Amino acid sequence: MAETDVSHLVTGNRLRDGVPVYRTVDGGWSPAIDDARLVSAEASETLLAESQDGPPPLPVVAPYLIEARRVKGKVRPLTLRESIRAFGPTI
Amino acid sequence: MYQYDTYDQRFIGERVAQYQDQVRRRLAGQLSEDEFRPLRLMNGLYLQLHAYMLRIAIPYGTLSSRQLRRLAYIARRWDRGFGHFTTRTNIQFHWIKLEETPDILASLAEVEMHSIQTSGNSFRNTTADPFAGVAVDEIEDPRPYCEIIRQWATLHPEFSFLPRKFKIALSGAPNDRAAIKIHDIGLYLRRNAEGEVGFEVLVGGGLGRTPILAQTIRPFIAKRDILSYLEAILRIYNQYGRRDNLFKARIKILVQSLGIDRMREEVEVEWAAMDHAALALPEEAIAEMARFFPAPDPTPAPADDEAFRAVLEAECGFARWVEQNVAPHKVPGHAIVTVSLKEPGVTPGDCTAEQMELVADLADRYGFGEIRLTHEQNLVLPQIRRIDLPVVWRSLKEARLATANVALASAIIACPGLDYCGLATARSIPVAQRLAIALAPREREIGDLQIKISGCINACGHHHVGHIGLLGVDKNGEEFYQITLGGSADENAALGTIVGPAVKSDEVVNSVDKIVDVYLKLRQEGEQLPETYRRVGNKPFKDVLYAAH
Amino acid sequence: MPLIKNERFVTDTWRHLADDEGVPDATRLTFSYARWAEQREAFAALPAALGVRIPNDVSPMKLAPDLARLSLIVLSFPKFTDGRAYSQARLLRGRLGFTGELRAEGEVLRDQLLFMRRCGFETFAVGERALAENWLAAFREIDVFYQPAEDSELPVWRRRLAAARRDFTVV
Repeated sequence: MAETDVSHLVTGNRLRDGVPVYRTVDGGWSPAIDDARLVSAEASETLLAESQDGPPPLPVVAPYLIEARRVKGKVRPLTLRESIRAFGPTI
Repeated sequence: MYQYDTYDQRFIGERVAQYQDQVRRRLAGQLSEDEFRPLRLMNGLYLQLHAYMLRIAIPYGTLSSRQLRRLAYIARRWDRGFGHFTTRTNIQFHWIKLEETPDILASLAEVEMHSIQTSGNSFRNTTADPFAGVAVDEIEDPRPYCEIIRQWATLHPEFSFLPRKFKIALSGAPNDRAAIKIHDIGLYLRRNAEGEVGFEVLVGGGLGRTPILAQTIRPFIAKRDILSYLEAILRIYNQYGRRDNLFKARIKILVQSLGIDRMREEVEVEWAAMDHAALALPEEAIAEMARFFPAPDPTPAPADDEAFRAVLEAECGFARWVEQNVAPHKVPGHAIVTVSLKEPGVTPGDCTAEQMELVADLADRYGFGEIRLTHEQNLVLPQIRRIDLPVVWRSLKEARLATANVALASAIIACPGLDYCGLATARSIPVAQRLAIALAPREREIGDLQIKISGCINACGHHHVGHIGLLGVDKNGEEFYQITLGGSADENAALGTIVGPAVKSDEVVNSVDKIVDVYLKLRQEGEQLPETYRRVGNKPFKDVLYAAH
Repeated sequence: MPLIKNERFVTDTWRHLADDEGVPDATRLTFSYARWAEQREAFAALPAALGVRIPNDVSPMKLAPDLARLSLIVLSFPKFTDGRAYSQARLLRGRLGFTGELRAEGEVLRDQLLFMRRCGFETFAVGERALAENWLAAFREIDVFYQPAEDSELPVWRRRLAAARRDFTVV
């Protein structure tokens, strides 16, 4: 996969403090978007299903899929909203 | 102001314990998010973009200095050192952790505050005229009734799962400073032909996707009957409000579909069938409540003295501030001071913990310990002696709370928008900042100009009732702003109309400048923008805005 | 299916007939409102105690003529966020003076039980979770009430008035 292809990742808000977190390669969650595991569109539903699995309470509220690119090791979401979630308010 | 008694303290203690247990069950996995969400919303806790957001109730926009200091403490201890005052006279904290909310609610309870019903499909904060009790044009102080309604609405067992939220506002004066016509129920204190004071009841106002102004359902109802009448309206709404479509669920839609006459019939039939004894408000109960809101001491304070006049002449900043931010008080020698949270370039409505403490100190030293909030996201010191205005001004100025821009162009009302809010489609704060900075230099020439910005269709920035309203929308991933003109939130309430296609974010300042130019060119003596707009219509503005296209 | 009644778990002794079920030889029977509306005279003549299950978008006033014959009315919360049955309950208890059993069924969750009781509900159809999670404690969580409803609780302002009058007379 070329570096600038669009990929998918799973994100949600951490239950205990609401911090946006990203599903990582080792099946955990990180508040740093660069740690996110990126997958192809075909693999995204599986990743989402895995993220929603587990005994209650899930550590993350309502995980969902977003599109992003990894550019020179940095992950950049495609939408402004997800950028704001990842990097904070613009003001 | 109202003081909790043992019943209120007991209630709030029980409520905090109940909530603590709900959080425990959620964190232990006994409650799913779907089950927990309505419960946390009933305690004003949202899950937003960066964290949880806690919306704390400031009932009818009235705070004691002690309460304001506690908000500062909460800001420091459990948030990032600031809070945001909203268009419904509540305060929001944007960086809250769920696991800390039980402690925060316990801390609030110590100062008779809470976050009950600041969200969810039930009664929200009942708001009022920020100048209640001290305004020159007031018929009667609405706040005793606000408190009576607040209590009646608290955990109302029949109305805790309405089709949608329910907002009530009261005005005790003919000049509407509470925007009552954009509320689900608006109450005006009125005097009838016999000289008796009662309520005009309006119903079915609201903004959002379908902005509608409230209509009069009952021109006069006696104070004694106000709670039973409200209950009749709510019972009709609870049964017949739409539940199939979130965007068509407010009472305004029901009123629109039935028509006000049929709505009135339904309510009057229900009201006639009710047992009024249960909810009748005896005069004693009203008098008991009114004791908490005594009229200010009518003894005039000293008239403006030499010292005052000297500052007025020497410092034009002070003169401007008195002109713009200070309103007449019913007792001679006193004034109502609006504390501007709108310095150009700041986030409108935000207030740091230090600023909160400063205002609390000023309230204690010069202002009888009381602070108010306005739906325009400013604070108010409702009673300051005029001879104390210079020292109050200097203090506020140092804390950057004395920008002389109340009701002027740079005092923009803006919701938090996409920088914070999970519902937003575009940002509002950066636009507000750019506009405020751009317009400040000529705002005195412009005169009164209310600009209101919402970051999404939910219209928390009240853009529909701004002289100039901006609604942030998303067009293919880019932020655009739809402009409306001619709105107004006062007793001559009007909904703005769309002026043309939405403009790109980097064209907003230029567009608003052009609109202002047209207004300045065409306005007649004393006309504010809505009147000019009504007189000349859309075309002059539209032509100038879209000339290049 | 467990029922909560008087802050205890009890078993349901009623037969709830589906619309296509024949009428059995039972002592307690409920019918759907639709079926009852069609055949009320015939059913009223049965020797059983009778109940009706009414959807939350039907006016409870429609049962006014039948109340003397009914021992049970079942109201519905299809989703717990749909609060129409709270008003139905109050109208049945308060307006129409129904003295039989008012039951809540559907998505009846722990944190709405107190609201329901205040509106006049007497029994609550709950799931096994209610036992496991001890939902009975919910009835005791709040004991200060700010408005009159269909229970006998005095709203706070009436208690205050009563206290003020007492103080005043002790002069």
